[in-house]
Amino acid sequence: MDITLEERIRQDLAANPVVLYMKGSPVFPQCGFSAAVVQILSQIGVKFKGIDVLSDPAVRQGIKEFSSWPTIPQLYVKGEFVGGCDIVREMYETGELQQMFEEKGIATRA
Amino acid sequence: MAMDRALIERLIKESLPDAEVSIEDLRGDGDHYAARVASRAFRGKSRIEQHQMVYRALKGRMGSELHALSLVTSVPQD
Repeated sequence: MDITLEERIRQDLAANPVVLYMKGSPVFPQCGFSAAVVQILSQIGVKFKGIDVLSDPAVRQGIKEFSSWPTIPQLYVKGEFVGGCDIVREMYETGELQQMFEEKGIATRA
Repeated sequence: MAMDRALIERLIKESLPDAEVSIEDLRGDGDHYAARVASRAFRGKSRIEQHQMVYRALKGRMGSELHALSLVTSVPQD
């Protein structure tokens, strides 16, 4: 992965507390797994930046190398990789996700 | 592209010999599976690390040959 791509990813992660690399946009997710994470974030009422990897093939591949995680979606909170759809869903069901947002000082609707 | 259930199980067990693996074909298309993997090798590891261990066992097929693998990992109680 070339430096400028890695730099671009780091800048997006630094500029936004919650970032979701996904297929499609939050309003029009193009994949069931991406849609599921968008729904969870909306239910918790967390503001997030959606980055559509379908419109940016370099980031689509680069983000997988960045986190050494082979699939999309990928959720980042304060620059830290949290997980893909399975882990976000599991954390949501156990309440760990909401707790993590509170601990990291990220506003939720609840 | 699709992957055969037995191949998934065999690959996981090659890397995690003690693993208890149960795999469900979610849509019958060989492309969307759900798997439960329990192994003592997961002890002390975060969920992300546990899942990455399973993805490494699949030797690069995850996200390419295999489109979707819904994964739940755990450490067996003994």
